[in-house]
Amino acid sequence: MLQFLLRRLMWFAITLLVVTSVSFFLMRAVKGGPFDGERKLDPAIEANINARYHLDWNKYKQFAQYMGPFNLDERGLFGTREQVFGGVLTGDFGPSFRYRDFTVNDIIGQSLPISALLGTVAMMWALALGISAGVASALRRGSGLDVSMRLAATGGIALPNFVIAGFLIILFVFLIPLFPVAGWGTIQHMMLPGFCLGLVFAAYIARLTRTGMLETLSQDHIRTAHAKGLAPRHVVLRHALKGGLLPVVSYLGPATAGILTGSLVIERIFNIPGMGSHFVNSATNRDYTLAMGVTILYTVLVYALNTIVDLAYTLLDPRIKLEEQ
Amino acid sequence: MAATNSSLDRLGLKEEDAVRLLREAKAFKGESLWSDAWRRLRRNRVAWWSLLFLVGFGLMSFLAPIFPLRSPSQPNPPGQLQAPIMQWGDSEFLEAVPEGQPVTDKAIEDTYWPGFRGIFGADQALVRVRLAIFGRWQTGHWMGTDELGRDVMSRILWGSRTSIIVALVAALVSLLIGVVYGSFSGLMGGRIDNLMMRIVDILYSIPFIFVVIFLITLIGDYKQELESIGIDRMTVFYLVIGAVYWLTMARVVRGQVLSLKNKEFIEAARVMGASIPRILFAHIVPNVLSIVIIYLTLTIPAVMLFEAFLSFLGLGIEPPKVSWGTLASDGTAAINPLRIFWWLVVFPSIAMASTLLALNLLGDGLRDALDPKMRGKD
Amino acid sequence: MDASALAPKLRAAVAVLLLFTLLLGAVALTRGARLEPADFTFNNGTEVQTLDPATVTGVPEGRVIRCIFEGLVIKDPKDLSPVPGMAERWEISDDRLTYTFHLRKGAKWTNGDEVTAPDFEWSMLRMLDPQTGSEYAYQLWYIEGAKAYTTEVHPEGHPQQGQSIHPPESVAIRALDRYTLEIKLKAPTPFFMELMGFYPVFPVNRRNLEEAQERWPDSWEIEWLRPENIVTNGPWKVQSRRVNDRIRLVKNHDYWDADNVAFETMDVLAIEQASTGVNVYLTGGCNFVDKVNDNVVPQLMPREDFNPQPYLGVYFYRVNTTQPPFDDVRVRKALSLTMPRELICEQITKMGQVPAYSFVPPMTIDYTSPETDRGATEGSAEERMRANAQRARELLAEAGYGPGGKPFPTFDIHYNTLESHKKIAETVMDAWKRNLGLNVKLRNEEWKVYLDTQSNLRYDVSRSAWIGDYMDPNTFVDLFLDGGENNKTGWGNAEYDRLVQGAVNEFDPAKRFDMLERAEAILMDELPIIPIYFYVTQNLVAPRLGGFYSNPGDEHFPKFWYWMDDEELAAKRAQYPDDWEIVDPHGPPEGLYSPAAMRARVSQ
Repeated sequence: MLQFLLRRLMWFAITLLVVTSVSFFLMRAVKGGPFDGERKLDPAIEANINARYHLDWNKYKQFAQYMGPFNLDERGLFGTREQVFGGVLTGDFGPSFRYRDFTVNDIIGQSLPISALLGTVAMMWALALGISAGVASALRRGSGLDVSMRLAATGGIALPNFVIAGFLIILFVFLIPLFPVAGWGTIQHMMLPGFCLGLVFAAYIARLTRTGMLETLSQDHIRTAHAKGLAPRHVVLRHALKGGLLPVVSYLGPATAGILTGSLVIERIFNIPGMGSHFVNSATNRDYTLAMGVTILYTVLVYALNTIVDLAYTLLDPRIKLEEQ
Repeated sequence: MAATNSSLDRLGLKEEDAVRLLREAKAFKGESLWSDAWRRLRRNRVAWWSLLFLVGFGLMSFLAPIFPLRSPSQPNPPGQLQAPIMQWGDSEFLEAVPEGQPVTDKAIEDTYWPGFRGIFGADQALVRVRLAIFGRWQTGHWMGTDELGRDVMSRILWGSRTSIIVALVAALVSLLIGVVYGSFSGLMGGRIDNLMMRIVDILYSIPFIFVVIFLITLIGDYKQELESIGIDRMTVFYLVIGAVYWLTMARVVRGQVLSLKNKEFIEAARVMGASIPRILFAHIVPNVLSIVIIYLTLTIPAVMLFEAFLSFLGLGIEPPKVSWGTLASDGTAAINPLRIFWWLVVFPSIAMASTLLALNLLGDGLRDALDPKMRGKD
Repeated sequence: MDASALAPKLRAAVAVLLLFTLLLGAVALTRGARLEPADFTFNNGTEVQTLDPATVTGVPEGRVIRCIFEGLVIKDPKDLSPVPGMAERWEISDDRLTYTFHLRKGAKWTNGDEVTAPDFEWSMLRMLDPQTGSEYAYQLWYIEGAKAYTTEVHPEGHPQQGQSIHPPESVAIRALDRYTLEIKLKAPTPFFMELMGFYPVFPVNRRNLEEAQERWPDSWEIEWLRPENIVTNGPWKVQSRRVNDRIRLVKNHDYWDADNVAFETMDVLAIEQASTGVNVYLTGGCNFVDKVNDNVVPQLMPREDFNPQPYLGVYFYRVNTTQPPFDDVRVRKALSLTMPRELICEQITKMGQVPAYSFVPPMTIDYTSPETDRGATEGSAEERMRANAQRARELLAEAGYGPGGKPFPTFDIHYNTLESHKKIAETVMDAWKRNLGLNVKLRNEEWKVYLDTQSNLRYDVSRSAWIGDYMDPNTFVDLFLDGGENNKTGWGNAEYDRLVQGAVNEFDPAKRFDMLERAEAILMDELPIIPIYFYVTQNLVAPRLGGFYSNPGDEHFPKFWYWMDDEELAAKRAQYPDDWEIVDPHGPPEGLYSPAAMRARVSQ
């Protein structure tokens, strides 16, 4: 167990280093800079701005400064002022170039809880719907219930979520005015986006549950349980579900990371100030630091959640050893 | 015979049933994995109809130029945003060419887009077939018109072409990379396997939206250089999407190979002195193939949705070409409480949803049909 | 039942409990984060880059800064002329070089300090300081010594690298005493007073910056800007901010003109999608949006709350004149002749945009653009287009292209990724294809790449737009000086440069406009750019909003806004043309927030 975690930690460090450096140089390889606008700046002014944010340094020096915690500027960061930017290694992601009144840490601190909240709502109902649909259709395989459940569940991945959101807005905002059209702040604001966001996950979970259940139901220990004369309900809930949910659990790791970091489309349509929009907007704005910040955060989340999933695996299925992962 | 009868009794079978079963079993014995799967797929009505639907739709979209549709790309602003009407249509196709004059390739290209030719000029030929069958007649706006007055029905069919091609090619690219990478990793095992899978892990944790935006931007930068060697944005588009989707494929294949490697029948083949290529192609590949096909039918819808997502961001297919993604995002942009242009949302959604549903159901069906555990059952 | 069978049950119970807590937490969180609705809410179109006046550039930033800061002068909401702000009055010397401002006594910062002349001196110098990195610093370069102070910095390796080589005293901005500020210019500048009302020159509180820097030594200088720290002197104070969501403003009761500020609280939203903004407006979520999506325009046009007015901007296509075939003026003329301007204005943009045959928008005061070649003028739109196409084909043939000549190479229309640009590009492409038989392709690029492509002349024809900084043709015409940063066409003309630069030093307005007109005529003759249409404003405003005026700069001043009561609204509606559609007005019907009502309440 400890060895497993240690090895994971080592790989985590390597992953983080690779991801950070690759995205750092990728970002800067793309044309355009954070301060380009329709109106091209006077060269002297441009030079002043670049100097303020150290964009005039060569990329390796910028990278070293970004990783920190070194003070590479012989004059301190701004003339005589003391240097306080710690660098990524100290958990300081620096200032945002686009939202200049905020540090990247501020922005993540503001938007991550919003995305997480929305994601929790979405995930909860996705799990409820997905698992029950999956179990039901696995038990009644081939029946009308199975087909209709699958149709309903597949509906979530049969249309882009912005189209689904569009239908919902027409239906529940314009025709039957139940919810606000966009924004964030109340429970009502969460309903439509939560539903849209969850639908995709519900579809996947239903499918994974069905597959997992079918697999488990055909296994020997389930047959034994049936043969022992246990009640079918008992067999399903106590024995089959445990194994059948394994694929769902492994899916939950990356899915949770995805859901926590928000959905760009849903956030844009419902104008929710979450994390999702930063993934794309920071790239298109050339907001180098914010882009790096969200990338690193995502990496950390994915990695942490996958590790948790692997641990959960051993709890759910004692036959699986951590070393095999 | 008596003994057999009593054992039959014990199983609750009549003799004729037993004979029939034996006959069936004999017939069944020589059945390959594939014909067995095929048989079971045909039994699965939902999956079978999905397959038929997809084949039909695929044919239709491949033969799109042959249908008497309006141009999917030529703007006609005065006729914009018309609701669907049941009107027979008129004969204004290729209106730029006066009646009686020969239709040149250039005229056809102008009606569609520059470089409109199709593979080996197939599209041009199909348009000529269309002219021979329908003349200049074209349909009315049965599904309404969009913001530039273009026929929605025509755009849906032409959009299906782009979407299907993108999805197929991207899925195949992901398949190629994924299978090669995954099976290599699985076969090698040990340290190499471990390292290769860690690399996949690293790639997994890079937010891929980011990579795609970066790559698409980069393509834009070198567009002229790329075009001079015959690579356009579409091509790169396929490759980019394929390159994003191979990761899961690699994992799935590797897992399968790993579990197969130690299976008894492989061991048996090895003991019996089968060569490594024979083991690979006769035993491992067919078994991996089933899961690959299943995964493929699930990748295709995912790619289609991804294309739609990119279109939503404005990074998708370049106009005047259309894809379902562009149609869907145009449609949702038109949602407002003053006037709902329902036909811009509803028709593309129906086309897209039915295709994606069919693909998903087919995928499920294939999974059931190809599952080795299900062999001979059902 | 044994222990192992109990375990899953327990686990399930824990899981359920956990989910339940999460849900409760979610509910609690939203409860806590919930804000009471503001008196007035408007959509600002995007999140502001910063609240620091010295480093902003955009219109959305300007709107918020005007709410929280105030400069020497502010603008009249109707005609944008300077009216007293922090300066009670001002004098301009006879040679028009020295401006003396007399500050209002008793105006307060929100930290209790008095707003004084040294505040302005320090703030303007800060804006000019190269280390501030102000994009708009050049707006103050009309001041003596200012340009050198900003642009001449110590080179790399110098101990004071990055700092100006000039002392701040070299800039002719002086606080003569606590309430008197003197500014000396290099040369007479007719629009200098307008510049003083421009938001980047608004003051900041020195103590605010220095104390924040001391308490939270932060290298990025942003601590002072946080809602809890920022010190302002305008009609509102910043209460809270959430990135990409809203800025909540509350009234500053110590503001000198607080009696005339109507709204106690105001929300500034940051909705980027025009369609979402419009939907929020239409469902009552906000009271003013400044951008609408094209598809709703036909439905909005007859409504009383949508009233597009001319706006100081022009939409045009740049042509890359450095490469064949576009280096030939006849080719450019042919393209311009077949540009479907009327079709675009009537069928695509649909808000009453005016087809542009010249570059300077028509409402710059006292200036008329030269007569330019508009192509055929007789007959229906279709006949005119046919005649123009005929002429254009002749021009192309003269240039050696078309039947009997060289084939015209396939070229791209380049635009940045946006639905409205795409629609226009598709229409133009079709027109050129149809009328001239050209092979045209579209090429869209993401914003920053698009800018780079344009600057480096890696395009054939590229979509552009220009919004004037101030009401003077100069802000348009000086774009195309040979080698200018914003030229981006590779075009240059010595006579044109002579006229435009000559106009800068010409003080007789009639002569000056004459020179600019001749320059514009050259531009329209040579056509390095093809103008398409002049902009209109797209404001969708609650009918009950008072103090909101349309002006060519599309600048709006929340300070003057209030809710009309029923009587005033009825009076306003009585003046509508017959075909206007009355809509349900947002805002309190009793008109609680009119300045008159405010005054009445204060005097009670």
